[in-house]
Amino acid sequence: MRFGVVVFPGSNCDHDAWYAVSGNLGHRAEFIWHDSTSLGNADAVILPGGFSYGDYLRCGAIAKFSPVMGAVKKFAQDGGLVLGICNGFQILVESGLLPGALLRNRNLRFVCRPVTIRLETTNTPFTCAANPGQLIKVPVAHGEGCYFADPRTLDALKAEDRVVARYLDNPNGSLRDIAGICSEGRNVMGMMPHPERASDPLLGSTDGRIILESMVRSMVAAHA
Amino acid sequence: MSDLAPSELAKVQAILGREPNQTETGIFTVMWSEHCSYKSSRLHLKKLPTRSNRVLVGPGENAGIIDIGQGYAIAFKIESHNHPSFIEPFQGAATGVGGILRDIFSMGARPIAVLDAIRFGPLDDPKSGDRNRRILEGVVEGIAHYGNCFGVPTIGGETVFERCYNGNPLVNVFALGVFRHDEIFFGRASGIGNPVIYVGAKTGRDGIHGASMASAEFTEESKQKRPNVQVGDPFMEKLLLEACLEAMHTGAVVGIQDMGAAGLTCSTCEMGSRAGTGVEIDLARVPQRESGMTPYEIMLSESQERMLLVAEKGREEEVFAVFHKWGLDAVTIGEVTGDGKLRVKNHGVVVAEIPNRELADEAPLYDRPHGMAPYRDAPMEAPEFPRSRDLNADLLALLASGDLCSKRWIWQQYDQSVRTNTLQGPGGDAAIVRIKETGTSVAMSVDGNGRYCSLSPREGARLLVAECCRNLSAVGALPVAATNNLNFGNPERPEIMAQLVEAIEGIAEACSHFETPITGGNVSLYNETLGEAIWPTPVMGIVGLLKTAPPVTIPFKDEGRTVMLLGGLGSVDATRFGGTQYAKVVLNEMWGLPPALDMDYEKRVHTAVREVIAQGLAESSHDVGDGGLAVALAESCAEGMGASIALDTGLRPEFALFHEGPSRILISTSEPEAVEKIARENKVECVRLGVTMKERLQISNAPVTEPGTPPETWIDCRVERLREVWENALENRLSPVPVA
Repeated sequence: MRFGVVVFPGSNCDHDAWYAVSGNLGHRAEFIWHDSTSLGNADAVILPGGFSYGDYLRCGAIAKFSPVMGAVKKFAQDGGLVLGICNGFQILVESGLLPGALLRNRNLRFVCRPVTIRLETTNTPFTCAANPGQLIKVPVAHGEGCYFADPRTLDALKAEDRVVARYLDNPNGSLRDIAGICSEGRNVMGMMPHPERASDPLLGSTDGRIILESMVRSMVAAHA
Repeated sequence: MSDLAPSELAKVQAILGREPNQTETGIFTVMWSEHCSYKSSRLHLKKLPTRSNRVLVGPGENAGIIDIGQGYAIAFKIESHNHPSFIEPFQGAATGVGGILRDIFSMGARPIAVLDAIRFGPLDDPKSGDRNRRILEGVVEGIAHYGNCFGVPTIGGETVFERCYNGNPLVNVFALGVFRHDEIFFGRASGIGNPVIYVGAKTGRDGIHGASMASAEFTEESKQKRPNVQVGDPFMEKLLLEACLEAMHTGAVVGIQDMGAAGLTCSTCEMGSRAGTGVEIDLARVPQRESGMTPYEIMLSESQERMLLVAEKGREEEVFAVFHKWGLDAVTIGEVTGDGKLRVKNHGVVVAEIPNRELADEAPLYDRPHGMAPYRDAPMEAPEFPRSRDLNADLLALLASGDLCSKRWIWQQYDQSVRTNTLQGPGGDAAIVRIKETGTSVAMSVDGNGRYCSLSPREGARLLVAECCRNLSAVGALPVAATNNLNFGNPERPEIMAQLVEAIEGIAEACSHFETPITGGNVSLYNETLGEAIWPTPVMGIVGLLKTAPPVTIPFKDEGRTVMLLGGLGSVDATRFGGTQYAKVVLNEMWGLPPALDMDYEKRVHTAVREVIAQGLAESSHDVGDGGLAVALAESCAEGMGASIALDTGLRPEFALFHEGPSRILISTSEPEAVEKIARENKVECVRLGVTMKERLQISNAPVTEPGTPPETWIDCRVERLREVWENALENRLSPVPVA
């Protein structure tokens, strides 16, 4: 499987995502520069964490205008898998590919620590390899990770089984403890925790692999 | 503005053969400031050891470089941003991080770790507590802001509170980067006719005279110096990093240097001086943020996120293409010449002309008087103090104290895991990052102790080096090289200068002994406010190497394991107890001398513990440091795992539990005999203290003098309670905003 990792100016988890896919999981990963209008022959796309455009204006607000985002939207409409991690999640909500917004953490401070999240559904290409209700331990590292949406949207997300992960120990004040959601078509997911930082046994946890492995499994199934 | 002394002005006149104009005077003033020229310390810094088989680049460049094998190397250095952080804590600390990161990547290395040693006045100080809390919060937020956005993990350091930092906080930032040997670059303007290229942020009026501000004491007027503090943009720095490394890979870059302190002035003349060339630039070509800047202002601006590079003539376009890809300014502002002079033009008119070598390397050198005892105000003799009525309460007080409590509140604001190399982050004895390409890991320890050094600068400095090396050994790493940050008061006062000289000599002795040459560092003098100096505060940053593997960490892992003290219980007398945390926190006193150090013995303990770890015998490992054995034991208790300990000692309980004698490492193991064998082979003591057990930490004495008497229980406390007190103390003092 071929993963494309988009590099915006200010992305700083691009290499980590690339390494988790290629170094830890043994799949192919290539970088895609933000002013490219094509995703090449990527089977799945990762929007990595970081501070695209320095988080100026709002997190993700400028990145959505990058040429590459046109290609990402098209790819998503055609059913391609798009995973947004941290800043990538922020870009996906700013781009309208996912509903809601990510606000400053409730205590107004950056937070970096391992959190436990519960995978709420296995009915997504990002969690299909997990057990129902599986708990995984992955780090968060963000200043603006407080998920916010109006009650109707939150109800709809729940009703449509689109809340992919919730925090057991909410680090940022996210409404209804939401850590990750997926699109209506279920092929676009955004999450604040960093699965790519929990994919190497040396770093203390490989819990994050389940996300990337699920993506691989669903792509293999689709290709079969 | 000229801060040149009359003798310095005379030297300038002799060099130029004429009167300097205003721009030239400004250039000499910053280059010959204490901050840039080390004129008070240079003579003594020469005493430091700087060589070993591993040292590829020693002091004098932007950062020192050490060989780590397989064609790879690391670059690292520590630097202070004390004065700016007092005036404007957030930006002061942020630009401190930015400056040291540029030092690392200007050499071609990609930064992979940052550690910070930060010092403030007490948070509960009746007069300055509010301000100290504000400074702490600002500094931490500034470090987080810059490092997190840049994408470098902040993975360790120390936070210390003493009254002497009330008016003069210390912010020392250590950074480390990795690269291949063939990727090393130097700040040299080689090749006559080669273009001199300015890259990065535009030049503004910010930070003018930052270097000279950092070379003066604080007075009531210092707050007016806020415009002297630079403003950082970590996003710009991230782009600059990527662009610089990419440009270096084109092969078109000849030399490169950060525009840090003294900005364009320092980078031009130093690059010329190192290469033995001249540099001619025209200021009209310098990208400027505001209009109407004078040559003086452009030359002295300390605007952040700028670099000066020299490219191979004819290959400029390759360099420009990379910078334009990253959306950055890159402009040819001049060229390398053969006359050895820094020639500054403005729209073609010469506004300054100074020989590079004299400007950069022949700054005045002062042998400041120091022929007296270093200043100290603590008494030598120990006060009488009664036997503690509640040792449990003493231990809890220590665990809750500012210096010893968990710094979780601070480091959770730092991204510790970006770049996925962090094997051990904040809170361990040493921080560890792996090098993905080689299977080697790098361990780092940053440590200072103003308390010890104020009692004896020489002994204190030696203890610091020993402590850093012990921290590294406690995670299994072999110490290989060091950097230091010397924070002192006004060197024009002989009793302060004596502190500096003694501390440098102490560092030199210890670094020679532990085979950790100094590859660079920073001297920060004039740390005084309203005539009151900080304690002498050298801070060491030492790096070690180990094979990449899951780290041995502090907490006990399992019950029924033997708890051992490698190095033995140590010895102490009343005089040597006066610098301990117990004396500070429980007795509120300070006296005497720091703990006694036997460097030969210390080194053997390091060798022994590395061997224990290499053989996989240690389930947990923790250096015994501030707060002594009882605190080290309490810190090893976690997740409900405690220990039952019996100390076979004739010392009074306060001494036995809380003395800070060096050369001791606490481990837990299931193979005590194998550990004892290694200890014997290395001729060091190794004492079985007890066993791990669930839920409680109990420490009793096991008297040898009166056989038959029942042991006396000194400490008995639930692990959960110890943990709770230790983890929440800092947060409680800062009264955080509640999370909804």
